[in-house]
Amino acid sequence: MFHRLPRAAAGVALALVLAGCSSSATPTPAPVITPAPVITPAPATPTAAPATPTAAPTATPCPTGGITGNIVMLPKQINNPYFDVAFKGAQNAACDLGGTLTEVGPSSADATLQIPFIQTATTQSAKAILVSADDANVIAPALKSAMAAGIKVVGYDSSPAVGAYSVFVNQADTAGIGKGLADMACDEAPNCTGEIAVLSAAQTATNQNAWIAAMKTTLTGSKYAGLKLDGVYYGNDDPTISTTQTTAMLAAHPNLKVIIAPTTVGIVAAAQVVTSQNLIGKVFVTGLGTPMGMQTFVKSGAAPEFALWNVTDLGYLAYAVAVDLLNGTIKGNPGDTFTVPSLNGGAPYTIGANSVVVLGPPFVFNAQNIDQYVASFGF
Amino acid sequence: MALSAPANVRAPSRVGTLIGRAARSREVTLAAVVVVLSMFVWFEAPNFLSSTNLISVTALTAIIVIAAVGEALVIITKNIDLSVESTMGLVAFVVAEMLKGQNIPLPAAWALGIGLGLALGMANGVVITIFRVPSIVATLGTLSIYRGLTYWVANGQEITTSDLPNGYTDPASQTIFGVPLFVILAIAVVIVAALILRYTVFGRQVYAVGSNAEAAATIGVGARSTVFLVFALAGMLAGVAGVLWGIEFGQLYASSASGESLAVIAAVVVGGVSISGGSGTVVGAAIGALFLGLINNALTVLNLPQEWLQVIYGAVILLAVVTDALVQMRTQRAKARSRMR
Repeated sequence: MFHRLPRAAAGVALALVLAGCSSSATPTPAPVITPAPVITPAPATPTAAPATPTAAPTATPCPTGGITGNIVMLPKQINNPYFDVAFKGAQNAACDLGGTLTEVGPSSADATLQIPFIQTATTQSAKAILVSADDANVIAPALKSAMAAGIKVVGYDSSPAVGAYSVFVNQADTAGIGKGLADMACDEAPNCTGEIAVLSAAQTATNQNAWIAAMKTTLTGSKYAGLKLDGVYYGNDDPTISTTQTTAMLAAHPNLKVIIAPTTVGIVAAAQVVTSQNLIGKVFVTGLGTPMGMQTFVKSGAAPEFALWNVTDLGYLAYAVAVDLLNGTIKGNPGDTFTVPSLNGGAPYTIGANSVVVLGPPFVFNAQNIDQYVASFGF
Repeated sequence: MALSAPANVRAPSRVGTLIGRAARSREVTLAAVVVVLSMFVWFEAPNFLSSTNLISVTALTAIIVIAAVGEALVIITKNIDLSVESTMGLVAFVVAEMLKGQNIPLPAAWALGIGLGLALGMANGVVITIFRVPSIVATLGTLSIYRGLTYWVANGQEITTSDLPNGYTDPASQTIFGVPLFVILAIAVVIVAALILRYTVFGRQVYAVGSNAEAAATIGVGARSTVFLVFALAGMLAGVAGVLWGIEFGQLYASSASGESLAVIAAVVVGGVSISGGSGTVVGAAIGALFLGLINNALTVLNLPQEWLQVIYGAVILLAVVTDALVQMRTQRAKARSRMR
């Protein structure tokens, strides 16, 4: 009954896709109360075949060599499509660069539940921890202990406190996303004029708050003078609350032209409300979303365009940075440069202030390219 | 209503009784609060009562109403079902998964979903009545188990509108004579449940078990079978709510409907169903859900500072309950005084 589309990692040669060894990882069901470590199988052996006979068996065997040892990936939450794709990217990197990758993590995004996983990785002498922090400060002491034990800590997606990581891999710099959001709103609002509003995640969401602040800065530019920001609403990344808030903001601001939702749950909820209230063509939704979640709405015109960074590449880069730290190629200091052959067109990355390295600018999806990326991202 | 003054001058005592009865009924006071509040918000923000806004708000509320009817039955028997959100989430996801994976007709998928809800409710009932686990503990366990099953089914994936049949979410915004389809369904569920509670033996047993299980047992009312049935029904209604959830949102996550148990229980309690069992009605629970749904919408429509929404939301709930308690105290005192005279 529970027929699933197999997550076949076909080696499609698209700019945003990383071909690699495909492994049919089957995550263990999540423990719901106890934070017992959940071990996801490490990258499969070179002989691993794609899950279905229909998928082209293009997986190339992982080259031998590279580093050895265990690298632990600790996302905010396991069983979350976003982090699953980042894990897939890291798996590809493990295949290319060596080492054994293990994914562990809590089934709900709670920083206190992340701590035991960090402690376990420390006592088991993992070589490196790749971590997306549920809370920057809560997990900082545990990460510092891990670093004191010689473990390399690489943050990705959501930063731990400065000093509690060796390098943080930022999916896109805040200013870039802020500008991207403002530009998409400007594109969608007729003649770049009219009322706009933001549907964010939680009021405490660090990423969203920073992006919104950067967007507001961009909006002060003369190009955006016609846009009037009615307010910022919070949907808590919950479909119900996001729907309630969108409904209410539409009632409160009948002239609203664009809803900017820099969160994958919020953008879908907003687009769904615009659709069910027959407001397609009158109110436009944009923001940050996943190709698969937004496919219908991009085509219907409820959300003509939206952006996201390449999540597969994010996982890949985090793993590659850990490998470079272990090799001693980089120390993690500002100014360190390194290259990752399959990323950034082979151009070097430079570590910036606070040991942060930026993956690249956000990527805009629209009716022309959406189908292609639904296929390649698979989420 | 009953308050249109009769011409008969000797009637005041009867009118007084009617007013008293009306004021004592939680349903009426809460409905009055809903009306007054709506008027106030409408005055401040005319769009609050626009048909698009009301359709959106009530369609969402209808889902909570249906789950709240089941929860009300459970709470009247002096039990509680914390697992309702997980049942909704699991049913919603499994139905969507079936529609995505197989070419199974819509009604069959929905029926299987409701059947799954019934089965989950029966599982609750078995743990509570056969293994004698207190319902708050048993459903705390299944709250987690059913959610865990959803994670297992989801396997890290989410289901999006593009995975579902074309126009799958359309019924959520459809109306008949201006009334949303979901609302009509919810009203039907409320009416049927209210009639069952009022006019059937089972209905009286539900109240009897909730007010005094031992006494009910001595007169031959089987507390265990009643409680089992009530949990089965609550599961089934949570299943219906889960199916509607999928239609409403069209985007299903493993975490769908998380946190809704508290919204459902809040609706029931605000609606005047006593948490200590034996009293309250499903109509009250439905009005409670409507009240909370409107408040949620109104707070944002009024452009109140977002930071304060939760505080105001909680305060309004307490205000409604306390006002009601005061009115009841007053009418009871008045009644006692008139008796003394």
